[in-house]
Parts: sequence; structure tokens; C-alpha cells
Amino acid sequence: MRSNEGYRAVHYIMFSIAALTVMVLCVCVGSVNIPVRSTLLVVRNALLNREIPEGMSKSIILSVRLPRVLSVALVGASLSLCGGAMQGLLRNPLADGSTLGVSSGASLGAVIAIALGVKIPGFPFADTMGMAMLFAFGSLVAILSLSYRLDSSLATNTIILVGVIFSMFVNALMSLIITFSSENIKAITFWTMGSLTGSTYSNVITLLVAMALCGAVLICRARELNAFAVGEDNARHVGVNVRRVKLIVMIAVSALIGVCVSIGGTIGFVGLVTPHMTRMLAGPNHRRLLPASMFMGAIFLMLADLVARVALNPLELPIGVVTSLIGAVAFIIIFRGSRRTI
Amino acid sequence: MSMLEVENLTVRAGGVTIVEDVCLSLEPGDWLTLVGPNGAGKSTIINAISQCVPYTGRIKFEGRDIRRFKPAQLARRLGVLAQGNAVGYAFTAEEIVRLGRYAYNASLFSSGSDEDDEFVERALELTGMAAQRGQSALTLSGGELQRTFLAQVFAQNPNVLLLDEPTNHLDLMYQKQIFEMIEGWLREPQRAVLSVIHDLSLARAYGTKAILLDRGRIKSAGDMRYVFAPDNLNGVYAMNVYEWMRAVSNQWRE
Repeated sequence: MRSNEGYRAVHYIMFSIAALTVMVLCVCVGSVNIPVRSTLLVVRNALLNREIPEGMSKSIILSVRLPRVLSVALVGASLSLCGGAMQGLLRNPLADGSTLGVSSGASLGAVIAIALGVKIPGFPFADTMGMAMLFAFGSLVAILSLSYRLDSSLATNTIILVGVIFSMFVNALMSLIITFSSENIKAITFWTMGSLTGSTYSNVITLLVAMALCGAVLICRARELNAFAVGEDNARHVGVNVRRVKLIVMIAVSALIGVCVSIGGTIGFVGLVTPHMTRMLAGPNHRRLLPASMFMGAIFLMLADLVARVALNPLELPIGVVTSLIGAVAFIIIFRGSRRTI
Repeated sequence: MSMLEVENLTVRAGGVTIVEDVCLSLEPGDWLTLVGPNGAGKSTIINAISQCVPYTGRIKFEGRDIRRFKPAQLARRLGVLAQGNAVGYAFTAEEIVRLGRYAYNASLFSSGSDEDDEFVERALELTGMAAQRGQSALTLSGGELQRTFLAQVFAQNPNVLLLDEPTNHLDLMYQKQIFEMIEGWLREPQRAVLSVIHDLSLARAYGTKAILLDRGRIKSAGDMRYVFAPDNLNGVYAMNVYEWMRAVSNQWRE
């Protein structure tokens, strides 16, 4: 499709301003509220490597909130991008990154790591995160090989069905492990509900690299996703290499989901709801939908994380609980209002 | 050289043979119509040629095995209008038609050319969809959607058209217009059409050759007069086709 179907620079500037405003808000507000001016000053001085004056809540801003808010924004953008891509690829508005079953697989890896203390020797992140990534990739291989065995054309319905069954199987395994690992139950439960507490700058860099790589792959396939969203056979008729594009998109989505789950746990509904909201604003064309979804996902998750931090202050809620509570209600409202327009 | 050649095409699904041992060839200038009752395998033949269902046998396009073509390479030569196109999201008619140009700029960073715009424009005009170009596919009627997908096929600028019930959902005016349009399109050299047409009168009026299918097998094939002979049709449709057709058309005598 022609380039004028995508966004212009001015749109991206507007999206960026919106996302940055929410980001500043999220860094300022919390158990201790910090004035906007001080926050901006601390961040600016830190970026320019200048000295930061005393009493400016430096450690709260730089060591706690900023890495967390950045991680949250990147996870939100990634999950939303994956959801938008999967909804187009599978031509199913109920799909999201977890439809393939990869996020369940990643969760299983993390649960095994927490419950049994398994570590992978020689692996750079040889803990929960490493296991989650490894299992995410393993799940993708398992799901695709099983789908291929059942149906060599890799039909969409086969993949969805195998993904759902795989998720159920993996959830059963997780319950089994949890049953036998009562001493770690709190850590496991907290992790499966999703949390980005204690995110570090190395998490931010991992997320940024994964999002840049996988996001580029997905956004470059926007035209093919448009063809898929119109219909898989139609995509084939207009000349899309259906199997190849499907594999590329699924691998990119799985890799990105794997990284997100390994860092933030299971955060539901972002990948499902935000592409819907975005479609109402940007329309179904993936050239606009995918980039807009990333900004919307980042904003949505940053606000959800803010609610998780301040709603029952000093108690902090798991972010997955907040997104699911808001997301479920929002989804019903959006779906009801947009049945004729999405 | 035949534009399209199908040899011993067999399609099986779920243990049932849907199409068995079908052979056909499409020469330049041909409008080959596939006719037969429901379940005869007409659409399945179109789906097999367009690589949407697995099959055994050989399908050669321009003398080469059709599976050796890259998808975009094939889409520049072969336009397919499937049956029952439904769109899940609110793409505009123009966006759908523009997808027909994908095969001409399939590279990752391509964003289309003026030529693409011309083809899209012409296809929208030809099918009478220019006025509704910005309308969401979800609000288009069945006939408008059919015309949108037909415009997409024309935007592909192929040499061979595979049409599955091209005038499905269309009112009389558009039926006439589309058939005349395809007839005009076919006058250019090195072009051919293979279509499923349910309406025997239309098939007879526009086709140059026909294949009569019965439960997945070819009952008769060849020129129109031979295929549409009373004995052939009556046997396959299990009724006196000529008597029925005459009775219906007599209603229009003044």
C-alpha cells in the first residue's frame, strides 16, 4: 500500500508527547509524590552526567521509578504490538500474543525456576528470566511442529487450537508444580499475576533490543498483515507468501512475548484490549495500527501500573490484576460500541 | 502453448474424494465454464488451481508446474475471485482493491507507484465502486463486496482469471455489466478465463467451452453445443433441464 497510508512525522510527535507526559506523571506520582520540576531536573542532570542537588529524591527517581516506568512502557508497547499483529494474522479480534500458548510456556519455565531452583549453567540470565525465555522458544517450536504434523498447510484454526490446548496442558503442569512446592507459592503466584516491581536498567535494555528487532520485523510486514486481516485465501490470491509470512510473524511475536513474560510475568488483556482501542482511532490498516498500538499499549500499561502502585497505597497490587480488571470491563464496552466499526 | 493445463487433478478431504482425475486446458481466448450441480467439485477445482487446497495431479501454468511460481509472480499472472468473500475488519473498499497491487511491490520497503494508482482507479471505475471507495467493507452489501473483490482482481492485471461465481449477489444490471466487461477484457491477446457459473443460461451465453461435472468427475467437456446436449445435462441434473429452462424463459415472452 502507498506510503500515505502510514502516519506522518507529526502524528508520531503527538504520540510521543502523549506517552512522555504519562511517563513523567508515572515517575512523579507514587507512595511519595515528587514535583514535576524536580523529576525533570534529576533526569536531565543524570542524562547529562551533571551533579544532582541533595534532597531531590534522586534514588527514588533514578533507581526505582524510572527503570520501572520504562520497563512498563516497553512491555505495554510490545504486548500491544504483538496483539495487533496476531489479531490481523489470525483475522480474529480475540487473538493476542498469548493465543499461541507461548506466554504459558514462558510462565512454566519461570515457575520451574522458582519452585525447583533450576538454573541453566552458562546462560547469561541463568535464573527465572532465562528459563522463561528458553521455555517460550521451546513452546513455539513444540506448537509449530505439532501444528505442522496435524496440518502441513499450517491453517490458522489448527494453530489456534493447538495453542489453546498447549496452554491448558501447560497450566495443568504449573498447577502440579505449585501443589508440590507450597513453600514458594507466594513467589510463584505473584509472578504469574505479573509484576514489574524491581525492574532494572538491564531489563530496560533487554526489552528495548527485543522490541526494536521484533517490532521492526512486524511493522515491515504491515501490508501482508492487511492482506491476512482481509482473509488468508485472499492474501494468497494477491501474492503473499502465506506460510512464510505466518512463520515470520509468529516467531517475532513469540520472541517478544517470551522476553516480556520473562521480565514482567503474565500481564493479561493489554495485547487484547489496546489494539481494539487503537483500531477505533487509527482504523484497521496495520501501517497505522501497529505503531499506534505500541504507543497506546505503553500508555495503557503505565497508567495501569500507576493504579497498581497507588490504589491501595502502601499495599501494591500485581499489575496483571489491574490490567485484567480494567481490561475486561473496557473490552466489553469497546466491543459493544464497536461491533459495527472494527 | 496452453495458458493453463490441469492433468489428473484429484482432491481428497476427510477421506472423501471431492474431485477425481480432472483434466482441462485453457488456451488464449478461452472462456471455459465449469458447470454442474451442487457438490460436483466446481469450486474445489478453482481452489486447487489457486493453491488453496492440497491436491494430487499436475497443474501447469504457462508450461511450468504452478507450484514452482513464487506467490507474487503467480499473482501477477493469475487473478482469483473466490466465493463468499467476507471481511473481518473495517477496511475501505479502496484499501481492499489496492491489495491487488501487492504482487507488484512485494518488497519490504516498497510503497507503491503511480502505475498502482492508475490500476486501482481503473478497477474501481470498471466495477462501479469508485463512489464507495472510502466506505467500510463491513457496511458494503454482498454485491458491492463482490464488485470490490472483482476490482481487486482487475487491479492485479493478470492474464488468466479464475472466477468462482463472479456475479454472485449481483443485481441484473451489474450481472450484465460484469459479464460484458469480462468478455471485453478477454478480447486482448493472451488472456483466458476459467469460471464457475451456476446459471446455465449465463454459462451458455458467455462461455466458449465448458466442462460438465458430476460428483467430482468430468461428465463431458468440449464445445458448448456438445456439453450442453440434453442427454448430458439431463443425466447430471436428474431432471429435464431443457423443458425447465424453456418453461422459465417462456414467462418473458410478451
